[in-house]
Amino acid sequence: MNNNKGIYLDYAATTPVDKNVMKEMIPYFSEKFGNAMSVHNFGQEAQQAIDTARERVAKFFNCSPSEIIFTSGATESNNLTVKGVVKSFYSVSRKKGEIPHIVTTVFEHHCVLDACHAMKKEGLAEITFLPVGRDGIVKIADVKKAIKPNTILISIMYVNNEIGTVQPIAEIGKLIQKLRSNNQGIHYPLLHTDATQSVNYFDCNVKKIGVDLLSFSGHKIYGPKGVGVLFAKRGTPIRRIQDGGDQEYKLRAGTHNVTGIVGLGKAVDMLTASGKQQAIIKKIISLRDYLIKRVLTEIPAAYLNGSKEKRSPNNANFRFDNVEGEGLILSLDLEGIATSTGSACSSGALEPSHVLLALGLKHEQAHGSLRITIGKYTTKAELDRTVKVLKETVQRLRKISGNVLSEFK
Amino acid sequence: MNYSKKVLKYFAKPRNQGPLKDADAVATVGNPKCGDIMRIYIKVGKNKGGEEIIENIGFETLGCGAAIATSSMATEMAKGKTLKEALAITNQMVADELGGLPAPKFHCSNLAATALQKAIKKYQSCKA
Repeated sequence: MNNNKGIYLDYAATTPVDKNVMKEMIPYFSEKFGNAMSVHNFGQEAQQAIDTARERVAKFFNCSPSEIIFTSGATESNNLTVKGVVKSFYSVSRKKGEIPHIVTTVFEHHCVLDACHAMKKEGLAEITFLPVGRDGIVKIADVKKAIKPNTILISIMYVNNEIGTVQPIAEIGKLIQKLRSNNQGIHYPLLHTDATQSVNYFDCNVKKIGVDLLSFSGHKIYGPKGVGVLFAKRGTPIRRIQDGGDQEYKLRAGTHNVTGIVGLGKAVDMLTASGKQQAIIKKIISLRDYLIKRVLTEIPAAYLNGSKEKRSPNNANFRFDNVEGEGLILSLDLEGIATSTGSACSSGALEPSHVLLALGLKHEQAHGSLRITIGKYTTKAELDRTVKVLKETVQRLRKISGNVLSEFK
Repeated sequence: MNYSKKVLKYFAKPRNQGPLKDADAVATVGNPKCGDIMRIYIKVGKNKGGEEIIENIGFETLGCGAAIATSSMATEMAKGKTLKEALAITNQMVADELGGLPAPKFHCSNLAATALQKAIKKYQSCKA
């Protein structure tokens, strides 16, 4: 997308709302403004709109509409999963000292990591954080090893948000189903996946991938911000964590974000109904491969972080020796190119990205990383200009940094 | 994170960037863990009054926008100053001269004055 604001290459952060999505949303701001919980006609109109959205989303995930819970976004869906599953565990009387166990990975999004840490801190659960390989992929054997008799939840992201690596969710799903088929009548362990970065590109048929819970956000798929989904399979032991009204099958209290839900429904529908999605994915893959090839061949000491093969179509995460990431994105931004980095300097933290460190990168390597994520509006011309500016920028920043790093080797 | 226009200017077009071949002293601060490393080169001369001054100065910095901008500003502030005056330059003064820095940047990225002081002290101790 190259408008007067420049070239946008940060689609993993957020996407622009598709014009067709916006068109469907607009009537629900002030014309069809009813509260879906109201009995009158205004309310029914809103309720119908939500029902349509729910059906569209259910069709995409191959599940029942009653298994779709609308939330404010993936962060809320992930919090609801971790905390709601723990809450449900304690809703029946437990033996003294009986504590549930959760398995997740070290490179989940902070909303999952922090929710798990919170459960641990409150003494409500014990957590295993699985390592990931240098390629940015979780090993199924590690998942298997981590499962204990008290494991109630396994939460593993589908596609990593920083390095775009794809996790073997369907295989893990098979493993869990096999395990559970041996424990008659017991629901545990549940399998949850944060699918925020995968809905655009990967099979999210919940029956095929075998998950009990799945989260995502509307704004990553050309829908609006502030709305998301939690798929929760019928019979999944989960309790709500926010008290109030009876919305969303009593799992998520709070007035429906009707406009947002309508927009999300349309955005999901466009992924299934348009028939164009395969062509879009093909185009994005070819653009990504073009970008990766040019950067790795034309810029010296440039590397790709994470597996090249098991990778989201839209993600290229590079690192450059003797360059710091924030300086890179700042320089690119001054040239009108919007990207992101795993460097601590961009986030205000002292530590660089926990994802890049999880791959086994050194601090200075993690600091020297750049994430470029493309989308359906990205053009080859935009990438050509990006490579040109990136080459000049890396060269300029390397001249400024000299060889100061050598003192520390 | 919002940088001032002045920070962006000093980042995009840094002053006194590059090593000095005839430096009298060189000092490096920072560490790879934080991501910011700054190296200052100084060449000492004398003014008309016979006092020692920073005759020439250069820097090399691996780091974020703030790290490069503060290195650039610190060298500009020190150039031509007597050693006593240059020693009095603090990291806060460098940040102020740049129109302020975002709060998280003070810890790691604002070390140029420290590097400058270290270089001057190194020069003085070598001479003594």
